[in-house]
Amino acid sequence: MELIKTKIDVAGQERLSMSERETVFEARDVSVFYGNQRAIDSVNIDIYQRLITAIIGPSGCGKSTFIRTLNRMTDLVPSARLTGKLRYRGIDLYGPGVDAVEVRRRIGMVFQKPNPFPKSIYDNVAYGLRILGMKKDLDDRVEKALHSAALWDEVKDRLKDSALGLSGGQQQRLCIARAIAVEPEVILLDEPASALDPIATSAIEDLMHELKRDYTIVIVTHNMQQAARVADMTAFFGLNVTPEGSREGILVEYDKTEKIFTNPSDSRTEGYVTGRFG
Amino acid sequence: MTEPAFSLRTSGRLRRRQLVNKVMGALALGAALLAVSVLAIVVISVAIRGASALNLDFFTKNEAQGFNPTGGGVRFAIVGTAVIVGIATLIALPLGVLVAVYVSDLASPRFARITRLALDVTNGLPTIVIGIFVFTMVVASHGQSALAGSLALAIIMVPLIARSTEEVLLLVPTAQREASLALGVSRWRTTFSIVIPSAMGGILTGTTLAIARAAGETAPLLFLTSLGTNSTADSNPLHPLQSMTYAIFKYSNLADAGFQAKAWATAFTLMCFVLITSLASKLAMAHYRKKLGG
Repeated sequence: MELIKTKIDVAGQERLSMSERETVFEARDVSVFYGNQRAIDSVNIDIYQRLITAIIGPSGCGKSTFIRTLNRMTDLVPSARLTGKLRYRGIDLYGPGVDAVEVRRRIGMVFQKPNPFPKSIYDNVAYGLRILGMKKDLDDRVEKALHSAALWDEVKDRLKDSALGLSGGQQQRLCIARAIAVEPEVILLDEPASALDPIATSAIEDLMHELKRDYTIVIVTHNMQQAARVADMTAFFGLNVTPEGSREGILVEYDKTEKIFTNPSDSRTEGYVTGRFG
Repeated sequence: MTEPAFSLRTSGRLRRRQLVNKVMGALALGAALLAVSVLAIVVISVAIRGASALNLDFFTKNEAQGFNPTGGGVRFAIVGTAVIVGIATLIALPLGVLVAVYVSDLASPRFARITRLALDVTNGLPTIVIGIFVFTMVVASHGQSALAGSLALAIIMVPLIARSTEEVLLLVPTAQREASLALGVSRWRTTFSIVIPSAMGGILTGTTLAIARAAGETAPLLFLTSLGTNSTADSNPLHPLQSMTYAIFKYSNLADAGFQAKAWATAFTLMCFVLITSLASKLAMAHYRKKLGG
């Protein structure tokens, strides 16, 4: 609760007025377990609409686990279990009757390694549209998605070619196009540029700034410069070693990106962003 | 520089150990060569003995009327095997793939283990037992038919197809499934639209292997469809049909050399089919695995 108070104080000072922004995700005491092992412990965080929220932290701190709880991809791990409350626009994401398939349709995800289907460029983007019954104006929708992902000009003459022939950076933008084609409300990016070279990374970052106008974006990154460059808000996850010796991820600090990188409140955040550990 | 007080050359006990080493190596090599040569000897001897009966008539004509060891052919048996194995494949392929999908994507780890074990045990069942089972269930009440034979062969093929399909389904990268699921596509739709098409090459090679295995089966066909039937070139699966394996069995029991040559020639044809299909599917599988793995 303390964290939230701090955040609102800071938010009042600048154009990023959090009190006026709609909260998209609201996590209250969210813990995730794999079997008996707790992966993240009591996370409290509010993620706001049409901002880019970055999640940073050392390896094994549960960043990816946390972002995967946001569209229930954690369901795919049979032993995974979530406690606490995680609300999406006020609805309990893990409440009774909530269908994970519908959740994922609204909350898209792009993964660490580009994972286009072994199909044509066109069919990669059209795949979700066809299955979800968005077949009207299919060509227009595909073109629009590829435009939004800043890929159209590079692929417009070879839409029928295999997506596997694209470069890594192009493949990742294709994955973004595929995700936004089905018109989600949120896009989750799990280290989207970690497998890419600096030029492709920069293209993805530019794209994120564009997408922010229409989408709420949450990005996990282990690259602090990237978080500093793209994110409005930054959450720093740290590692807590319990007396029994197991390692759990915790949310150490969550604030505006500028604050996290220039004047963090927590010494652990400061240590991490200044490169003293992690 | 002074000479060191030890030597790195062979001496004493080491000489004996090296001898044992050489002998064991030679024995292992000999065993491997024996295994290879058995295959070569079988192929060559069958080919030599069947050669005299191999001609166009052999493949295109039915058994000659009356007692005519040199005329006519085994078209009836080839057609019979094709019909019986074809129908068995039509039954076993969808069933095997569904079982594999269940085991790899849907079942709880515990039930998946049980299913796998059941498949492996079925695979190990003596085929004559499967034959007897189908005989009691189908033939005893409805009489012999190619369909009954197909049913027995399908029981033999399902575990083969299911296990090889499961193996290739697991090779399809998790990232592919995740990409589809993250779009809000349901699980079964992901399996049928993404996973199975990616695994298709592997599924088909596994099926080819199962076909090769089924085509070579004799025991379950004997009393389900072949034994005691006449050698017409019927292809109606509701009638009892002959098969290549039964033709080999029948001709080899006849005294005349002409019939025996026919038995060898049929054996050669069947063997070539089995060898080529299994070799081709193994090569295709290796290629496919490399493609998916890389």
